[in-house]
Amino acid sequence: MRITVNGEQRETQAATLEQLCAALGYGEQRIATAVNGEFVPADERPKTRLHDNDRIEIVAPRQGG
Amino acid sequence: MNMIDTKDALELYGTRLTSRLLLGTALYPSPEMLRAAFEASAAQIVTVSLRRESSSERAGEQFWRFIESLEGVRVLPNTAGCRTVKEAVTTAQMAREMFGTPWVKLEVIANDDTLQPDVIGLVEAARILTEEGFQVFPYTTEDLSVGERLIEAGCDVLMPWGSPIGSGQGLNNIFGLRMLRAYFPDVPLIVDAGIGAPSHAAHAMELGYDAVLLNTAIAKAGDPEQMAAAFARAIEAGRLGYKAGIMPPREMASPSTPVAGTPFFEPDDD
Repeated sequence: MRITVNGEQRETQAATLEQLCAALGYGEQRIATAVNGEFVPADERPKTRLHDNDRIEIVAPRQGG
Repeated sequence: MNMIDTKDALELYGTRLTSRLLLGTALYPSPEMLRAAFEASAAQIVTVSLRRESSSERAGEQFWRFIESLEGVRVLPNTAGCRTVKEAVTTAQMAREMFGTPWVKLEVIANDDTLQPDVIGLVEAARILTEEGFQVFPYTTEDLSVGERLIEAGCDVLMPWGSPIGSGQGLNNIFGLRMLRAYFPDVPLIVDAGIGAPSHAAHAMELGYDAVLLNTAIAKAGDPEQMAAAFARAIEAGRLGYKAGIMPPREMASPSTPVAGTPFFEPDDD
């Protein structure tokens, strides 16, 4: 299926957000996620199923003012 | 160097602080410079953000390890760059999970050129987040009615801008800032944004503001470490001045040396 991750279009076979994060190499990294603008807590990633055209945001800590 | 009496601690959402400087972590030439500036500033709160992470670069992890290595720091995540209530709320939710704190510096930006707050969206986002248990630090204007709405929405702290973010113009509306202070004597007020020089920060403190949040003025200084020390002292000086009671200005001169007994003074000369 076709999804958008951090603004970039991708093809994925991942069925869930957890699988997507693993497939993209995020592994044990400290990240937070949102699907279609809605926050998805870490413990809900395994049961969050992905659909065609989903927009996924994967973020991490960064410098800020 | 820390002259502030611990009895004069600042309380923000139940957390007591002796430093009245909140430090941004962006725009430093290097992490070493940021560390040196942080130590010189004696800040106890640093602001951080969330950005899209590439799985290969792992910049987030490195930055987080760096922040954790700063002694005695408390993190204030921001929602910088958010333009809608929805974006700001989702970003705050992600930040709470990421940083493990209910604190959030809430920014809902209205305009690219001025980076001024969208005060209508800000109030709405503040209400939603407060209901979800967040402790909101709203980046707002000095507008009194907006301040009232934010407090009604559950904010215990207000953070009015001095002038546009990164502009270094200082306090553009002294009248408005003074009025806000007078109107909310018991609400912690922090000037956030626009501070360029230590004197601007001292002025904010002399007006009775409780603290100052700044970033660019230190990060972009020729010597960030020295500038951080300068700001720390300016903020302490302004606070002490405010507590000591600043004289009201006068229209006309008034001799500071006693007039009585002036030599060579003969009342009958003319």
